[in-house]
Amino acid sequence: MTTEAWWASPSLWRKSAIWITGGSFVMLIFLTFDTMSYIQAGGKQVPGYSIINQRVDYQFDEAKNRYVPVIGPEEPLFGKKLTEAEAAALVSKGKLNTQAKNCMECHTLLGNGAYYAPDLTKAWLDPSWGSKEVREQQMVEFLMNPQDRLHNGIGRRMPNLGITEEEARATVAFLKWMSAINTLGFPHNFKAIDQSDAPASAAAPAQP
Amino acid sequence: MTALGVFDSANLNGGQKLAMKYFAVSLALFGAQVLFGVLAGLQYLFPDFLYGVIDFSVNRTLHVNALVVWLLYGFIGGTYWMLEDEADHKVVGLGLGNLIFWVLTLAVVVVVLVYLLVQVGPAEMKSIWLINEGREYIEAPRWADIGIVVAVLVFFFNVVATFAKGRYTGIGGVLVMDLLALAGLYLAGMFYTPNVSVDQFWWWWVIHLWVEATWEVLVGCIMAYMLIVTLGVRRRIVETWLYIEVALMFGSGILGLGHHYFWIGTPQYWLTIGGFFSALEPVPLVAMVVHAVFDSGVHRLKNSNHPALAWTIAQAAGNFFGAGVWGFMHTLPQINLYTHGTQWSASHGHLAFFGAYSTAVIAFFYLAAQKSRGNVWMSGNLAGGWKWKWSMAFLWMGMIGMTMALLIAGYEQSQIERAIEGSSWVGYFTAQAHPWFVQAMKWRQISGYLFSLGYVLLVWDLFTIGKRETRPIAELHAPSAQPA
Ligand code: HEM
Ligand code: HEM
Ligand SMILES: [Fe+2]
Repeated sequence: MTTEAWWASPSLWRKSAIWITGGSFVMLIFLTFDTMSYIQAGGKQVPGYSIINQRVDYQFDEAKNRYVPVIGPEEPLFGKKLTEAEAAALVSKGKLNTQAKNCMECHTLLGNGAYYAPDLTKAWLDPSWGSKEVREQQMVEFLMNPQDRLHNGIGRRMPNLGITEEEARATVAFLKWMSAINTLGFPHNFKAIDQSDAPASAAAPAQP
Repeated sequence: MTALGVFDSANLNGGQKLAMKYFAVSLALFGAQVLFGVLAGLQYLFPDFLYGVIDFSVNRTLHVNALVVWLLYGFIGGTYWMLEDEADHKVVGLGLGNLIFWVLTLAVVVVVLVYLLVQVGPAEMKSIWLINEGREYIEAPRWADIGIVVAVLVFFFNVVATFAKGRYTGIGGVLVMDLLALAGLYLAGMFYTPNVSVDQFWWWWVIHLWVEATWEVLVGCIMAYMLIVTLGVRRRIVETWLYIEVALMFGSGILGLGHHYFWIGTPQYWLTIGGFFSALEPVPLVAMVVHAVFDSGVHRLKNSNHPALAWTIAQAAGNFFGAGVWGFMHTLPQINLYTHGTQWSASHGHLAFFGAYSTAVIAFFYLAAQKSRGNVWMSGNLAGGWKWKWSMAFLWMGMIGMTMALLIAGYEQSQIERAIEGSSWVGYFTAQAHPWFVQAMKWRQISGYLFSLGYVLLVWDLFTIGKRETRPIAELHAPSAQPA
């Protein structure tokens, strides 16, 4: 065989492949550790579970030029204030319910999943629940009996998945907690349900 | 050796006999995938169809899980197929390999029946263990996960032990390392956490690092073998290309993982890292096209198996368009903010999976059909040659039709639901009810029927191709001989 150009040599490319793969993987591991400090519950972008004791809102931030979650005054879910451990147990039950019922094969959560039904990232804040006062009850009832609650004009209905009241309440807790995750502005332009207190009193925006 | 053109497993080596079993299940699951896809598509048009009986979520679960499993079966089969040739040694531990095939297949059947009949469970860990993990693509309950890991370990043992006893080629070396990574990644999906951000973080390790890294390299290996067998390309050339592809694929694909970390609670630096590296992911796919086209040109398309070569070239093109072009179109965060979680993703998902992976497995089916009939002639003027051509034409027309329809639906959603309406409940249904969306769903369905027709032809063809042929395999000008 004639002499071969150095750049066509298999051993050069084998070595490159090994080094590039190794290097990328090391970078990924490093970034994974760093990312965990943002996404663990109570981390820089994902709230602790007891956030469900407070008002969660989603508003446009002029300085950042995107929508951000805004944590408001105390507003316990179902009117009952929970400890961090109780809240964690409740949210966990709700999350488990979303897996056991396979919500992700119709809906998206944080934008991932299926496209047959609306995104659930900010479901807690959706204006369709009517008003802040009736929302919790509406959500629980909807989850338990979605089949006779048509929310659209195209005849698509969520099926009855046998969700119990306990499971429904836990699921609402999970959804409330999820709506407080800082998703860097996704979904953009989402207009949250009006959560202001009595007439004329302005919401109290405060950064998390 | 039996008569030419007659199916006889005596024509196959041990690994190839086992491969045939994997291919058979793979082909059947492909059919299941198409069936449940058609049912799910119909529910978009007629929401009451099968409502409360087999709901959309059930159809879709079966659709995507059948997809993942038939491709994995195809890959495992493809690996067993080439193993003895590559290693120049009989498969070590073939009996165990056979046993685990039956165990795995039984597990798949049970999982499918549970999806269909039990469907959902209470909000307790036992549902995750026994029914469904509720995480798209990797729904398989935990007991099945463990079974899968065991099965893959046995498969891995077969591969490593055979190479070790025989010889390690360049392809063999890459294959072993890649399988190790592929199996290891699956473990990242096997735990429960209440934290949805952490959940999705690791979920993408499995999904993305499979389809955009380890699976790509795996098909790189089996396609390299395919080029040697069908075209007679020199091993040294093929292997050098393989190393280049590995370098480019892992170099872009590993950190390209970041394009799924834009909006799930993960830090902002992923916008830059994910956008940058994933934008480079099409580069190796271009290299693969150049490679396939160049080799085919050098060898003037003179080859021993027309359908297998046609699907090999289709693989290069499909991978480039489906993953490279369609992936690139929505991979930058500035665009993804609006396209994320719309039919855009489905458009890309269909073309990429079909273009990159289904094509590769189908190419192997044809290789298997040829050899099992005693290396019968499968080149020009093949008797009944219309079947593979029409099946290929229908499959592609169907796939391109679906992809375009979903792309239009995705555009419409990203503008109306996402940009204008801000992804609220009402915004979602406003977009779903829009005539552009509804029309797109109709066209997707029609294309789905074309695709199904192509599938039926494919099955018919695979069972009959070469049957009445009396000519032996075409001679290749460059013998595929050994030098490693
Ligand atoms: C053969 C290789 C590939 C396959 C099989 C594939 C498949 C998929 C699938 C099925 C999804 C949807 C996941 C879900 O259900 O949420 C997806 C998402 C995505 N893919 Fe790929 N992909 C491949 C390669 C690529 C490449 C090379 C790029 C970029 C250049 C890319 C960019 C993306 C992006 C940005 C998303 C996220 C979509 C969203 O935000 O909803 N993909 N891919
Ligand atoms: C008759 C043909 C087919 C039909 C009618 C069909 C229909 C569907 C439907 C209705 C969905 C659910 C999308 C949603 O959530 O809105 C889906 C998802 C999916 N299908 Fe198919 N499909 C077909 C063939 C295929 C083929 C051949 C492949 C790949 C080789 C494929 C891969 C996928 C993937 C990866 C997803 C998930 C996409 C995502 O989450 O982004 N499908 N399909
Ligand atoms: Fe990806």
